[in-house]
Amino acid sequence: MCGIVGLFIKNSKLESQLGALVAPMLSEMTERGPDSAGMAVYRDPNERGCKITVLAQQVDFDWANFEKSVSTNLSVNKFFVNQNHAVLSLGSSINEVEDWLQSNWAELSVTSAGSNIEIFKGKGNPSDFIEQFDIKSMTGTHALGHTRMATESAITTEHSHPFSTGQDLCLVHNGSLSNHNRLREKLRRVGVQFKTDNDSEVAAGYLSWRLSEGDDLDEALNHAIEDLDGFYTFAIGTKDGFAVMRDPIGCKPAIMAETDDWAAMSSEYRAIATLPGAENARIWEPEPTQIYSWKRS
Amino acid sequence: MTTIDLKKNTIRELNEKLQGSSPGKKFIVNNTVGKHALSVGLTKEIDVEINGHVGYYCAGMNQEASIKINGNAGPGLAENMMSGEVRVTGNASQYAGATAHGGLLIIEGDASSRCGISMKGMNIVVGGNIGHMSAFMAQSGNLVVCGDAGDAMGDSIYETKIFVRGKVKSLGTDCVEKEMKKEHKDELGKLLEMAKMNYSVDEFRRYGSARKLYNFDIDQVDDY
Repeated sequence: MCGIVGLFIKNSKLESQLGALVAPMLSEMTERGPDSAGMAVYRDPNERGCKITVLAQQVDFDWANFEKSVSTNLSVNKFFVNQNHAVLSLGSSINEVEDWLQSNWAELSVTSAGSNIEIFKGKGNPSDFIEQFDIKSMTGTHALGHTRMATESAITTEHSHPFSTGQDLCLVHNGSLSNHNRLREKLRRVGVQFKTDNDSEVAAGYLSWRLSEGDDLDEALNHAIEDLDGFYTFAIGTKDGFAVMRDPIGCKPAIMAETDDWAAMSSEYRAIATLPGAENARIWEPEPTQIYSWKRS
Repeated sequence: MTTIDLKKNTIRELNEKLQGSSPGKKFIVNNTVGKHALSVGLTKEIDVEINGHVGYYCAGMNQEASIKINGNAGPGLAENMMSGEVRVTGNASQYAGATAHGGLLIIEGDASSRCGISMKGMNIVVGGNIGHMSAFMAQSGNLVVCGDAGDAMGDSIYETKIFVRGKVKSLGTDCVEKEMKKEHKDELGKLLEMAKMNYSVDEFRRYGSARKLYNFDIDQVDDY
């Protein structure tokens, strides 16, 4: 079992409250996933270059030294540290930055890359995650969150969701995949890299691969229905919004709601009930294999 | 009449109060905000009106009580109900009325997938549509659908009777359309009246078991 929440702000006046609105949603999903939590936030676009989030495994990682190294070697627009993550807004391309990190700071792993996305995650109770990362103060256009109850692989920060699936893309998953081992091997042969033995990371890797083959998000998800065996409710964060899809059997729950001010999805209504105006929202359950998406126009 | 506010009372306090009530009492429950397992395990003839959306397993194992939910219901509504009546004014999520032995479940909106799965004698009336795999292995009782039905309706069905007013996307294994006789129209008419659904019985078609899975067939030995 896991919990998923997604919030897309339609009324730009609420963008300053994104974190304050999404934190109670995530907190409400604690029972569905008490062992780890994560959040992808879309904000502060850095269009002329890239924005990268990196994660350090060491608790006492020397971020000051890292920042010095980054500013000496790359053109930095913005740099900040949040717990064991750092977000770098740079003047260089994603490929240049990833190559440089690989050569100089291989102990850091990249959790997200793009122009708007930032991904933070950690093991432990979701309420601790919300406090430690100060989720409530975050601003932005939209966010996806996940609470994890591990069923098939270890509980570590790297096993936690969201998983990056490409530039400004990420995936959160409730469910389990039964053909992930074979699919991981197949994807490795075509060059997709994996950090863990987690099944959801395979789904993320699969979508990255389909997108790199030229699929758009809808095509990639339709291919996923054919190639992924198992149960899933997926929420996929994109630069402009997010998409939701359930497997053909539709075992894993999902509920969606919309008002003039926001659009939201979650594993359960009680997370949506925390939002202002939820009692009068249009509420529905997504049909299996149908892709539902919101985009900023 | 007693009002219970779930902002002030816990779910356990609510259920204890309802379960411990003497017959004939009326209760109103407010501020549900999608909470789970509300109004479960009731055994007395009491009236419960729940204002707001409810989460998983509302009205489970109900006996005798009459429960009305002014809102939508999450998965597992009225699971294993024995008797009484449960009415939802909105939609119900997956497996509403699963394994239920008796009573009447009315869903005024749509029911999601697996509605009435393995039902064992209850009556379900759905004002809107039902999702895929509804009435899977349904054993007895009636499922009335005033809208459309999803894929694989009535798969591996036993003796539940299904009445559908709209379109059926597909029938499951061993589920077939059957003749609508006078006795079926009479039964359907009573259920529609009890559910306060204003449709003519002539608009409905009946579905049930072809009874081909009841006995082992030697020609299908390779399928096992």
